Amino acid sequence: MTAIPILRLGNVLLAAVHVDLDDSVAERFQEDLLGRIEKTGAHGLLIDISGLDVVDTYVARVLADTGKMARLMGARTVLVGMRPEVAATLVRMGFGVEGIETALDADEGLAILTGASAR
Amino acid sequence: MTVAVVAREELPIRSEEDLVRVRRLARALAQRGGFDAFASAALMTAASEMARNTWQHGGGGLAAIEEVRDGRRAGVRMTFADRGPGIPDLERVLRGGYSTASSLGLGMSGTRRLVDEFAIDTRPGEGTTIVVTKWTRR
Repeated sequence: MTAIPILRLGNVLLAAVHVDLDDSVAERFQEDLLGRIEKTGAHGLLIDISGLDVVDTYVARVLADTGKMARLMGARTVLVGMRPEVAATLVRMGFGVEGIETALDADEGLAILTGASAR
Repeated sequence: MTVAVVAREELPIRSEEDLVRVRRLARALAQRGGFDAFASAALMTAASEMARNTWQHGGGGLAAIEEVRDGRRAGVRMTFADRGPGIPDLERVLRGGYSTASSLGLGMSGTRRLVDEFAIDTRPGEGTTIVVTKWTRR
């Protein structure tokens, strides 16, 4: 079982996805993230997907849903580091990216989240 | 132009792990065929969507992934076959329809936009066979 490490930095949870996500890993990752939000009271979630060279509609949906679920719990999610070929593929397939906040890289994502969590 | 098959590999699709295997094989063939990052991502994503379709909707099946040449270009042809229930509302699915929770609609209509050739044969109660081909750009 490949678990994706989730780090805590102040009010923000950080996770970098590098493994080739299969369905159950993606689902467990989602549950782990939500569980950690509850446990830590984090206000922000930063998911780095620069390590992924393929994101199919299933994984894209799990990531987008995670953002929605986190928002319901009171945390803000920023998806960072999507590779150009992955972005191109998702848009060509017609995958809607509405409702997903994104940033170029982890630095930028963290700036968004720490600005947001200083409420 | 006749299409020559240079290499062929078959992979059963019986579990989630097999989806990852299909994706890896597609990645290896894209690299060997000289696909750029964009074409390679498109091919791997198409492989992933179709393999998931075979597994979830077809109840498992077989993937055949081939390295092909047409004299001018290199390409990858992937065939996914199952003996599942078939796809009753194919027209709607191909239009992107109402994608179900398991994303059949978007996966299928999206895959069609990612590849150069897309053919599907589906029969109620007998199964579904999908053949997709992607060529290198010249």
